[in-house]
Amino acid sequence: MNNYDVLIVGGGVIGSAIARELSHYQLKIGVLEKNPDVCLEMSGRNSAVIHGGFAYEVGTQKAALCVEGCLEFDKVAKELDVPFKRTGKVLVGNTPEDMESLKQTMAIGEINGAVGLELIDEKRLKELVPTVEGKFAMYSPMSGILDPFQYTIGLAENAAKNGVKFNFNSEVTGINPKEDGSYGVETKSGSYTAKWIINAAGLGAVKISEMLGIGRYEMGATRGHYIVLDKNVGHLLPMPVYPVPSTSYMGIHVTPTVEGNVTVGPDADRVQSLEDYGVEKRNMEYLVEDASTLWPHIHRTDFIRNYAGIQPTWLNREGIMKDFVIEAREEVPNTVNLVGIESPGLTSALPIARKAVKHLVDREKPSLKDYFDPTRERVRRFSEATPEEQQELILENPDYGEIICRCESVSKAEVLDAIHNPLGVNTMVGIKYRTRSMMGRCQGGYCQMRIAQLLQQEKGLDVTEVLYAREESELFTGRVR
Amino acid sequence: MNETLKQVVIVGGGPAGLAAAVALYDMGIKDLLIIEREKKLGGILRQCIHDGFGMTRFKESLSGPEYADRFIQEVKKRKIPYITETTVLEITNEHVIRAASKEGLHTWKADGVVLSMGCRERTRGALQIPGERPAGVYTAGVAQSYINLYNTMVGKNVVILGSGDIGLIMARRLTLEGAKVEGVFEILPYPSGLERNVEQCLNDFEIPLHLSRTVTKIHGGKRLEGVTVSEVDENMEMIPGTEKYYPCDTLVLSVGLIPENELSKMAGVELDPRTKGPVVDTNYQTTIPGIFAAGNVLHVHDLVDYVSLEAERLVKGVVAYLNSEDEKKTLIDVNLGDGLTYVLPQKIALNQEAVISMRVKRPQENIRILVRQEGKIINSKCIEEALPAEMIQITLDADSLWSNKALEVSVG
Repeated sequence: MNNYDVLIVGGGVIGSAIARELSHYQLKIGVLEKNPDVCLEMSGRNSAVIHGGFAYEVGTQKAALCVEGCLEFDKVAKELDVPFKRTGKVLVGNTPEDMESLKQTMAIGEINGAVGLELIDEKRLKELVPTVEGKFAMYSPMSGILDPFQYTIGLAENAAKNGVKFNFNSEVTGINPKEDGSYGVETKSGSYTAKWIINAAGLGAVKISEMLGIGRYEMGATRGHYIVLDKNVGHLLPMPVYPVPSTSYMGIHVTPTVEGNVTVGPDADRVQSLEDYGVEKRNMEYLVEDASTLWPHIHRTDFIRNYAGIQPTWLNREGIMKDFVIEAREEVPNTVNLVGIESPGLTSALPIARKAVKHLVDREKPSLKDYFDPTRERVRRFSEATPEEQQELILENPDYGEIICRCESVSKAEVLDAIHNPLGVNTMVGIKYRTRSMMGRCQGGYCQMRIAQLLQQEKGLDVTEVLYAREESELFTGRVR
Repeated sequence: MNETLKQVVIVGGGPAGLAAAVALYDMGIKDLLIIEREKKLGGILRQCIHDGFGMTRFKESLSGPEYADRFIQEVKKRKIPYITETTVLEITNEHVIRAASKEGLHTWKADGVVLSMGCRERTRGALQIPGERPAGVYTAGVAQSYINLYNTMVGKNVVILGSGDIGLIMARRLTLEGAKVEGVFEILPYPSGLERNVEQCLNDFEIPLHLSRTVTKIHGGKRLEGVTVSEVDENMEMIPGTEKYYPCDTLVLSVGLIPENELSKMAGVELDPRTKGPVVDTNYQTTIPGIFAAGNVLHVHDLVDYVSLEAERLVKGVVAYLNSEDEKKTLIDVNLGDGLTYVLPQKIALNQEAVISMRVKRPQENIRILVRQEGKIINSKCIEEALPAEMIQITLDADSLWSNKALEVSVG
């Protein structure tokens, strides 16, 4: 049962992209994910920006794969039905030093192959983003924004459609090479074997790398805070607005989301733990103070939520790593080891995946499947339909006429579809990421009771089995009576 | 899409909408429709199974469902049309109302519209409470709904942040259902809820109320493990060194209510940043002619009785509007003076009785509320014990205005 040709460790955007690319081939593929769903760590906790590729050193894989990922994203978004907007983006400056820095960034960007970069004056800047504060900017027209949850879920669901098995709650605790050259993998959900192991464990990649016998990497981490603003202010920000970047850090920026909210962040605070997503008051205050100089429309009354993401700092024997590593080391046969994956990992996910898959394909020469379906379709969203379409949706399926989430106008039909998602995810946050219910200004005040009830009914769960997001995140202690 | 014509459409079948419907019908406006998103009429009262409702309106103590039922029976007796499980998606400034139900999309064009959508709770995200994001953090109304409507117990060891009325009610409710409530923590130096609720829900159950304290950190990556509580100074800033850790599996937030005006905004109705509800005149007409508002959508009330009474007062204005009798009306501004957090209505008409609602900023004894026009006191009211938790109302007679200059209401 638990024997695979390939096991991918990690169900983030990279692991899911690898799973999807590998599912072109006649292989038995499994994903091992420690959480009850994909996309719960780095992949879902970032600025949700498709980057143009100008911010990375010339000659790096970061630069090349980012540009590749950026340019192909219209096609990817269409295939996987991912909400995506090529909004463009501005890096805004004020001083002569800023100008020098932007000229440099632009020169690097052009060598990297970033398309359409332009230095613009205040007048043009105000035409593009009337609400911004700044004297000039570098404009990157190919940058964009996406729904990061839908992207990872889309990749994973598409992989599943093409035969990949996702095993959740399966944190890897040990990897043992066997005599026949295959690997035994111990996890919290049981034992697995596979001929190939691909390490796409993100924040866990150093640990998995060590388990594979590649003990040359280390990791530090910074935590970045974000504040989510109400859709009230979405119309004031047509594209992401960044400050002039420093060498190591993009700076606190304001970013519209594809759904019309705005996020503010991130800062970068050193942390010890890779799992500490807590937020601090002073950091959130700092975000507001800092970002308001760029975009003075951040008001407490529009705060609806905050979150934090972990940004790793990767180290090898030479010091801080500046590039992605996608390696198949001779001394550890039948493995592909991915470390150093950080921003722009989201933009580069499919190019990274293709590189990883190539290592395996070159060696193993698996046959392509007769048929590979590159598409995945989301359930139709009521809120995105025209009135005429809404009427048709309801006539076809009356559950579309029952609005469960008021803030985001999510219907019962969409919630039911999310409950019966192809990956078999059973958590409240799983439904939230798939439908946007509970993501609006009331944060589930109106809808969460109904969703929890539907989840129990549809999945035959006991009330005590309803999970919020992670293992052991039970929402309820029992019946009242 | 075909529009169905209606004299008046009422958006929301809670206490405000029900009272407005009955009163409108009795004034001869019979071509009505109440639109309710839930399965049943009654609004938030359906989950308020405790008693204490109706002391002003009915002179007896009723439970929430009983109070709502009084009005629902009147609606049914008059055969006032209502539809449930129908969510209004949009209201335009021309009184077009678009809604969805299992039967499809519906569009009405109404001569008059009554907004009675109620309010929603402030959340952890709005407050930006620091810390992690585990399961087990609920707003008080959500916890109340789980327990009273969904037979679902939310936790065993509970800390309550905020002494709003629903938080106090939930302290008692959770205790009665076997949970241990460690305490209620309030950032202000006085309780936010009504005195009688502090007495009946906390003191009677020996649940401690800790003032000038707030939750400064939430702990636990999965289910809530505990909260850090800190003392705050007079500016509500945390005092370092006063942190105390309380282990708990549940945090209930009762930290304020916000009038729910997404639909009002679509219609172009101007909102008051203080009440977070529409700007209205004596007749509770918003800045869009023919669109009226009453209840918690307008300003958050302390007692449901006042919601019903407000909705009943609104009908005179609707009738006048429908009969085009209010066209020559002169409106004068009502300005907010010292000592009050808001005053409503924001504009009043000359030669018409007006009820002015307000709340004080801080608890005070033996104060006088003054209504002034051009410096001259035209009305006043003495209050022995004025609390922010309690709404204060002053009635101005039709002939009490001195001129057509603005009024100012203040604590004298």
